[in-house]
Amino acid sequence: MTKSNLTRRGLIKTGAAASAGLAMPTLFTGNVWAAAHSGYRNAPTNGTVTLGFNVPQSGPYADEGADELRAYELAVEHLNGGGDGGMMNTFSSSALTGAGILGNKVQFVTGDTQTKSDAARASAKSMIEKDGAVMITGGSSSGVAIAVQGMCQEAGVIFMAGLTHSNDTTGKDKKANGFRHFFNAYMSAAALAPVLKKLYGTDRTAYHLTADYSWGWTQEESIAAATEAMGWKTAEKVRTPLATTDFSSYIAPVLNSGADVLVLNHYGGNMVNSLTNAVQFGLRDKQVNGKNFEIVVPLYSRLMAKGAGANVKGIFGSTNWHWSLTDAGSKAFVKSFGTKYGFPPSQAAHTVYCQTLLYADACQRAGTHNPCAVAEALEGFKFDGLGNGPTEYRAEDHQCFKDVLVVKGKENPENEFDLLEIVEVTPRAQVEYAPDHPMFAGGELGKCNPGA
Amino acid sequence: MDQIFLQVLNGLDKGSAYALIALGLTLIFGTLGVVNFAHGALFMIGAFCAVTLQKILTLSKITIDPTKTDFLGNPAKIKTPYVEGWFGPDMGAMIIDWSVPMAVLFSIPVMILVGFIMERGLIKHFYHRPHADQILVTFGLAIVLQEVVKQFYGANPIPTPAPAAFKGSFDFGVMLGIDANKVIYPYWRMVYFLFSAVVISAVFAFLRFTTFGMVVRAGMADRETVGLLGINIDKRFTIMFGIAAAVAGMAGVMYAPINSPNYHMGMDFLVLSFVVVVVGGMGSLPGAVLAGFLLGILESFSSMNEVKSLIPGIDQIIIYLVAIIILLARPRGLMGKRGVMED
Amino acid sequence: MLGLNKKDTMFLLIVIALTMATPFLMQPFSEGSALAQFNGGYPDLMAKVAIFGIFAIGFNILFGLTGYLSFGHAAFLGVGSYSAVWMFKILSLNVFPAIILAVIMAGLFSLVIGYISLRRSGIYFSILTLAMAEMSFRLAYSVFTPLTNGETGLQVRPSDVQLLDGPNAPEYPNIFGLLISDSYKWEVAGHVFTFNVGFYFCAVIAIIAFYISLRIFRSPFGMMLRAVKSNQNRMSYTGLNPRPYTLAAFVISGMYAGLAGGLLAVMDPLAGAERMQWTASGEVVIMTILGGAGTLLGPVLGAGAIKYLENIFSKINETVLHDWFAFLPDSIEDVVVFILSRFTGHGWALTLGLMFMLVVTFLPGGLVEGGKRFFGMFKRKPKEPDDAEHHPETPPHVAE
Repeated sequence: MTKSNLTRRGLIKTGAAASAGLAMPTLFTGNVWAAAHSGYRNAPTNGTVTLGFNVPQSGPYADEGADELRAYELAVEHLNGGGDGGMMNTFSSSALTGAGILGNKVQFVTGDTQTKSDAARASAKSMIEKDGAVMITGGSSSGVAIAVQGMCQEAGVIFMAGLTHSNDTTGKDKKANGFRHFFNAYMSAAALAPVLKKLYGTDRTAYHLTADYSWGWTQEESIAAATEAMGWKTAEKVRTPLATTDFSSYIAPVLNSGADVLVLNHYGGNMVNSLTNAVQFGLRDKQVNGKNFEIVVPLYSRLMAKGAGANVKGIFGSTNWHWSLTDAGSKAFVKSFGTKYGFPPSQAAHTVYCQTLLYADACQRAGTHNPCAVAEALEGFKFDGLGNGPTEYRAEDHQCFKDVLVVKGKENPENEFDLLEIVEVTPRAQVEYAPDHPMFAGGELGKCNPGA
Repeated sequence: MDQIFLQVLNGLDKGSAYALIALGLTLIFGTLGVVNFAHGALFMIGAFCAVTLQKILTLSKITIDPTKTDFLGNPAKIKTPYVEGWFGPDMGAMIIDWSVPMAVLFSIPVMILVGFIMERGLIKHFYHRPHADQILVTFGLAIVLQEVVKQFYGANPIPTPAPAAFKGSFDFGVMLGIDANKVIYPYWRMVYFLFSAVVISAVFAFLRFTTFGMVVRAGMADRETVGLLGINIDKRFTIMFGIAAAVAGMAGVMYAPINSPNYHMGMDFLVLSFVVVVVGGMGSLPGAVLAGFLLGILESFSSMNEVKSLIPGIDQIIIYLVAIIILLARPRGLMGKRGVMED
Repeated sequence: MLGLNKKDTMFLLIVIALTMATPFLMQPFSEGSALAQFNGGYPDLMAKVAIFGIFAIGFNILFGLTGYLSFGHAAFLGVGSYSAVWMFKILSLNVFPAIILAVIMAGLFSLVIGYISLRRSGIYFSILTLAMAEMSFRLAYSVFTPLTNGETGLQVRPSDVQLLDGPNAPEYPNIFGLLISDSYKWEVAGHVFTFNVGFYFCAVIAIIAFYISLRIFRSPFGMMLRAVKSNQNRMSYTGLNPRPYTLAAFVISGMYAGLAGGLLAVMDPLAGAERMQWTASGEVVIMTILGGAGTLLGPVLGAGAIKYLENIFSKINETVLHDWFAFLPDSIEDVVVFILSRFTGHGWALTLGLMFMLVVTFLPGGLVEGGKRFFGMFKRKPKEPDDAEHHPETPPHVAE
């Protein structure tokens, strides 16, 4: 965690360490030791490279975490040349050969984020300090992703974000060592708005229920801006406490507000409960202002939709990826994941699998695991074949730009995994924004930190 | 006006869940003197009784249908629930549809058994231990129970819908002669309220009008004297533990359609139910019920937009704020007894 | 020495020796061996044990001595962390201003909460503290976001102005230029021992905190607090007002919590709202009871046990288990791994719950009691130590 430029204090310290070193047989300061070998933190030794998979294994997102872990294990298997290779065969970059990364066999360690920023950082720290992980990845909430990203920046390892949807991750909290493949709240809103316009018209009044924390706010801000831009009015924006389990008292006033669309800026358990409650109240059978009352869930997740059961039918939202996509990359991934585990992967599994391949590929192309070189290889990298069509890792904010899926809860599911159907694939150009867009302003990437 | 009426309904509904859980908790406090941190877990197990029964009823015979394919392109497996095979598709579908109400009956023996095992196997050994030890052991038990449920059912919520007959909501507006759609309330939530009213009345009637209940009440007031009269009070208290578990379990079963059950739902209710019990006053059953409804209604009112715009964030803290005010104004909560859990 | 009798001096010296040797004690297995998974001697975990040890020692001053069970101590930990990070953001990345402000703010906060809550006793007190802490958590998570940065947690940003720091000052928390994150690694005979600045900083403070708590336990003030626990009524009949004593104990333990919170921010400059949640308050209660409430060393052992389990067991995934049992025939290996994986990795919480139940059922005095029994087996005649604190008295069962 030392800065690489030497300061007077740094010199004194190194001197002190050296003199202390005389007393003991072999003593290295952390940075000198690393520098002597490689110039960056946790360089691979003995022909193995260690990746840290930091996912929620307890708490409400444990199932999503478990699915991420499956995808990671699959990715590692493929990187080491096992299995059928999955998306490595369809990936536009052909740097990866199935012989590990740069000839080093890929190993991994796992940890539990508990979906708490403290626990997540502790877990990531133990991977870096104890297990020598050179890259940390995973997570299933934005708070955790931002917290861990900040820590990886300080520690000098690469962070490949898992499922994180807040604008802030690559907005005001972006970091030079952090990269996000998943889409964000702005993209969800930009992709959804035209579809909503086509379906429900321009003369609508929306009522927002928003989870009262930073992800909820960016989601609300994004979708409200996008819908207002096409002529919708906003009746009310109501914040609901994260700990809410029963949303009845927030849903009861909706019908009387004059609104005819309810937007649920909720995720996970909040989403399941608020959607279930809204459907219970019979909102979808009602007519307001002579129009059918509608519900919109901007961020969908198939795992969570499962928890809401039949209540998702006919409800629109957006998602990063869905297993029913028919491009070669998606099919290859679904096939190798499904064959190994017996059910199709979730969007969380997909994004972390891609992140792992992207990291490995960047190392391969850079010829080193040095975070600064890896970051350089990822910045502006254009690729295809990973299930989302042509994609670019934008250099300015380390956000992937790609097509976004607008989905709808399926009316007649054929099996237990067949919950969402893809309504539209919104092209990348429509969801793109300038790096200094006001919703993303206020942060800077800073300099990459190799940790030594 | 209609808004206030709506929030009163919401409050009664939330309050009935709080009151049911708090009732069982305070029964255990009052009879056994045990701080039971596993009570939320009992509520959760109740909800998973509904999930389990639904799973049992939908146990399916698997047939291969070569005309359809699954997500990997292999021939699809078609599942037909056995009950549909036995009773015909219509009758079978109806049985599955009514799984939650049936789970109430299913849960009573299960929960009483769980309660007995907990009490005889573990809690019994902690009667004469400090409250801190009781907290630790029951908290440990709560973690173990929820982790076991997680290993069987996963962490995601599992949808357990109410019977189709209870779908949709009742329009009070039409009944009261005001505009339609102004005051609507879901049928199942009204069922929940009525159900809890029945259960609460039954528990009170049981304690008031039966000899068994009389002895238990006497034991709550003065355990030693009742013991000296030659009555085996321990055995009765064990039965009361079973009843408390059954009340929590039924509350959980009926709650399952309102919010899909997940393995940590007990922890969400744990702290809240303790606050309710203490606000009601230690050792008082009517106090727990009263506090449950009071906090439920206040919580609903605080989430109204008008109130929220006046005091931002009030809905986040209302329950705790009210608890503090009541405990400062009334040393032993609403109806607490002197000397119970005050040291 | 230092106002302690001979026995206590020995005790303190042993504690100092154990603390200083932590990098060896928590790293017993050589690198690359199968058991290396159980090594816990990396800076973050060692420092966490020391920090939560401080937290639990402070909690024990209130709970162990007066018997007042606070369920809201995490609020003071959180306040300490937020104060420290704000200090990092506006004043200096030197750790001392941060820690000092953390202790002061936590002290003030606990004075207010203690003043209100101590009007009630027993479970009413517990619920009052719980309610206030939970209110703090929820507001910090939502409405107070400008102050706390809500869900994400308060972080130091490159754009922050550190008024006291010069242009060349380090960008991370430091002790007058010596970076908290600096470590010295000593490789010897296949072992790697890590000596980390931050850990030793926390360790020194933990020893001081332990010493102060030792003095409080032995002081007339401590005696007074014990009087509060054993019979408050009788105490007030003798003309003494117990309130000032309990309030003092409450504030002291609140300051300990603030110190711990400040140190958490020092080790890792981020303050998250979850630190104030009731589960965090419950954690310190459990650490104290698990280790042995009312004993001096118990809370630290409890803190160590829980943090170790949380960090080490959660990392033992099925791949690791398969590696360990690769020598078994495949079918047996799968069964063994299947069973063990219920208790490790994603099932670590199950182990935690089981440990709580087993310890409290079979070792009524907590881990300290267990240690004593263990060593008692080797002694010819089990001598009852005359240290009263090591025998928490079972209070009478009140609800009977």
